[in-house]
Amino acid sequence: MAVKVKFFASMREYLNQSELDISVSGATTVAAVWQQVAGDKPMPENTVCAVNQTQAKPDFAVNDGDEVAFFPPVTGG
Amino acid sequence: MAVTIYPDSFDPWQALQQHQDSRLQSGKFGATATFVGTMRDFNEGDDVQGMTLEHYPGMTESQLQLIIDEAAQQWPLEDSFIAHRVGPILPGEPIVLVACWSAHRAAAFDACRFLMEALKSKAPFWKKETLADNSQRWVEKNTDGYSHPPA
Repeated sequence: MAVKVKFFASMREYLNQSELDISVSGATTVAAVWQQVAGDKPMPENTVCAVNQTQAKPDFAVNDGDEVAFFPPVTGG
Repeated sequence: MAVTIYPDSFDPWQALQQHQDSRLQSGKFGATATFVGTMRDFNEGDDVQGMTLEHYPGMTESQLQLIIDEAAQQWPLEDSFIAHRVGPILPGEPIVLVACWSAHRAAAFDACRFLMEALKSKAPFWKKETLADNSQRWVEKNTDGYSHPPA
């Protein structure tokens, strides 16, 4: 199945990529998507994850066509 | 209830007036509370010459709409409006506008405060500062939004 992965702000610089499409086989989670994309690089402790633009925990299930995003704590306003 | 993301410099007072003229009915509200956040030329003891504001197109707007909906459930509001800047920004330029209209001041004040604090903690925006020596750094945390007067 196909999953779109996005990285923002310092997370984009950490992994040196902003967006990519990956294909995964079978059931997967946010944490597994990270591992597939980031390889050996650990997920920083304060990472915020989102699935389909809603905040989600690392064990959240990811399905075909989902958009998964990783970013640091927000600092707007 | 509206959310606007500005990729270029915007005038919050003009945006406020336009929103009020187009969305609100004169005489139906007795209180308008507004907050405008403006870029400083200093942060954490350093001179700052510029900043880039990044956002997550789509999620940023939906998160802002969610907090607006939440405020509308908690307080009797006639309307509310959030405008936020993205892209390269200079000291003195406005970053954010939050405005709430209500029949009475309590709801307008409280909802405006709520929206601003919720935006700060939930809406996906990130700031990267350029310091006086041209080095850059990501802003990693927001300041506490509440004052703590001496006991």
